[in-house]
Amino acid sequence: MAARLAGSRWAAGPVAVGRGSLVSRQRWSVPSADTLYDVVVSGGGLVGAAMACALGHDIHFRDKKILLLEAGPKKVLEKLSETYSNRVSSISPGSATLLSSFGAWDHICNMRYRGFRRMQVWDACSEALIMFDKDNLDDMGYIVENDVIMHALTKQLEAVSDRVTVLYRSKAVGYTWPCLFPMADSSPWVHITLGDGSTLQTKLLIGADGHNSGVRQSAGIQNVSWNYDQSAVVATLHLSEATENNVAWQRFLPSGPIAVLPLSDSLSSLVWSTSHEHAAELVSMDEEKFVDAINSAFPTRVSARQLPPSVAKVDAKSRVLFPLGLGHAAEYVRPRVALIGDAAHRVHPLAGQGVNMGFGDISSLVHHLSTAAFNGKDLGSMSHLTSYETERQRHNTALLAATDLLKRLYSTSTTPLVLLRTWGLQATNAISPLKAQIMAFASK
Amino acid sequence: MWGGRKLSSSGSRFFGVFGSGRRGTQTERPPPTSSAVYSKNQLNWTLQTKPGVFGEYRTMWFKSCRTFSCLNRMKIYRYLWTRLYSTSQTTVDSSEVKTFLALAHKWWDEQGVYAPLHSMNDLRVPFIRDNLLKTVPNHQLGKPLSGMRILDVGCGGGLLAEPLGRLGASVLGLDPVTENIKTAQCHKSFDPVLDKRIEYRACSLEEIVEETAETFDAVVASEVVEHVTDLETFLQCCCQVLKPGGSLFITTINKTQLSYALGIVFSEQIAGIVPKGTHTWEKFVSPENLESILESNGLSVQTVTGMLYNPFSGYWHWSENTSLNYAAHAMKSRVQEHPVSAEPVSKGEPEDLRANACPNPVVHEEPKK
Repeated sequence: MAARLAGSRWAAGPVAVGRGSLVSRQRWSVPSADTLYDVVVSGGGLVGAAMACALGHDIHFRDKKILLLEAGPKKVLEKLSETYSNRVSSISPGSATLLSSFGAWDHICNMRYRGFRRMQVWDACSEALIMFDKDNLDDMGYIVENDVIMHALTKQLEAVSDRVTVLYRSKAVGYTWPCLFPMADSSPWVHITLGDGSTLQTKLLIGADGHNSGVRQSAGIQNVSWNYDQSAVVATLHLSEATENNVAWQRFLPSGPIAVLPLSDSLSSLVWSTSHEHAAELVSMDEEKFVDAINSAFPTRVSARQLPPSVAKVDAKSRVLFPLGLGHAAEYVRPRVALIGDAAHRVHPLAGQGVNMGFGDISSLVHHLSTAAFNGKDLGSMSHLTSYETERQRHNTALLAATDLLKRLYSTSTTPLVLLRTWGLQATNAISPLKAQIMAFASK
Repeated sequence: MWGGRKLSSSGSRFFGVFGSGRRGTQTERPPPTSSAVYSKNQLNWTLQTKPGVFGEYRTMWFKSCRTFSCLNRMKIYRYLWTRLYSTSQTTVDSSEVKTFLALAHKWWDEQGVYAPLHSMNDLRVPFIRDNLLKTVPNHQLGKPLSGMRILDVGCGGGLLAEPLGRLGASVLGLDPVTENIKTAQCHKSFDPVLDKRIEYRACSLEEIVEETAETFDAVVASEVVEHVTDLETFLQCCCQVLKPGGSLFITTINKTQLSYALGIVFSEQIAGIVPKGTHTWEKFVSPENLESILESNGLSVQTVTGMLYNPFSGYWHWSENTSLNYAAHAMKSRVQEHPVSAEPVSKGEPEDLRANACPNPVVHEEPKK
């Protein structure tokens, strides 16, 4: 069985290659020293930039050449703007550890972030709720604007510019994969063609180019995916009065979960996943109606301690929507290719795990690549890449399945399921070891 | 998981780890009529234990070294040259050369016949790296072995030379099979960094001993000593090319009942992991035997550790048990002990063997004076 699967994986390479119009298999001459990179990271988003950063700061990569390809322009943040960005991420403690391992977390601390101590989640139809908090007064997680994270990563990339080269406005348009079996005169490296026609070669290509990954498609890796019938609306909210604001609030409405995440004493971020029609309505309605919609989404007949703060107004132009879906690549690795972040898995934001799973992929892959480099191994060799894949697929598949299950469970209003989930929520709330396990799994 | 190197994959996919049969210096075996056995050897190198034909030649050669002058020795070399098929000298077995020739292009298929050797790198590269790093006070991050000169004897397709090169060492890889060297050179040519750091030569160790005496920080003979015809000469040559304080790394197979049962009966005849006739149990070297030869050459053995191969997972593991595969690390003493000189040649064979090591006219001439 294993042999058959293995056989199919190896065979799929050239077959899939034939399908892609942009991919070719050629014979290349010996490369000149300046165009062969040890690692190329395709995609300079949060996960791609963090990957390049982590490799650049790794001690066993001191004499290696790393390249980061980013299609967009370089974003220079001269001064932190007064207004908060509407795209924020919930960073778990594990991700914060990764970011601090190469010095990016310090920059974030110097800019701005918000730690939250407690998470309170309500059911839609009943008053059942579950509350997560850490006994030892540590932060459960941090809400950080994506721009702030990006800026911290860019600064740390510049700090290792002797090892890491960043090419902005460079999009890879074609990939050429090495032959399955090492042949005498064909190049064993991956060849990348950029939009401007130039070519690069690399020993390992890391695809961090989002859920529509070009690397994944070009490699012919199967992707299990479906679109949810939901879009997420994000906005920056001004609270009626300044409070301690260190609790993340979420309620599962029949149309989808609404979450209010703390940004500062008087600001919070909204992530409201709902049907496409409702989302379009929310984005286009008046500010007052929008604020009312948010305030009425949370239960009112509860004690004051458990109430989320009421919203006074919304930042103009901060209301945006984007569609949601699920995706999971059948394979994370091929010879000389690895996928990380949304290229490998795409998840519903209801658990705040999307970017954390990506950072978890980075921790694992950097660990394996670092050991391989210290053992003098060929970085594109499947032996350590499959170890990375096994480790991460186990974790990610579980989380993806759980998130999808929760989404479906909370989307219905049929009585038996509502009763089941209400009871389940209350039971889980009562069992502290179970809650601790959930928090531990999610904060990796 | 890939099917290539697992037990479940059929046929003779596994090769090379346990080496193939070579004749040893079996002095207890009665030497037969040389020509008849010689031709038989060329055709059929299977399990039948063979008398020490090449051992006989080697013994003859040694005797002539001791009794004849330099000129006569040259005559013996030419004699041996015409009798042996390979271009190398005494410690290379030409039947082995032929066997490896057949698989010369398969070295770099990580799931192919040489898969176990690829996965053995997970053990032997850290073994070499860590033991070498112990000998230096500090090292460069990213290139821990930079500044070190390493000799890889029996490098094959360069499976071990390349990781050592990536770690910063400058490596010389030797192999008697020219096709292997061609494969190795082709493979390294694609990486400019490795191309500069590694050099390959198709020759045997004896041929370069004189020009490279005491120039290497480390000599690596991995899965080689069970292939050579004359272990003592081979190890003497290894010692000669090492700098004082240099390290010798050997991985090989033990000569035990277990290695016969698992390495030959099970692997070759039952499971078919290894092609039949690949191994000759008599060629296996026990750690005790290896240690005694090393010690007698001025190399002090630092570590001997067992290695176990799991054919189901395809991975190697360190083990306390050295009854199958094992790795040894020996260091040449820093203070060079001068050979016992000015003694007449007739005074006993072992002393002279030790003193004269490999054919070196300078050292050899001293006792004559």
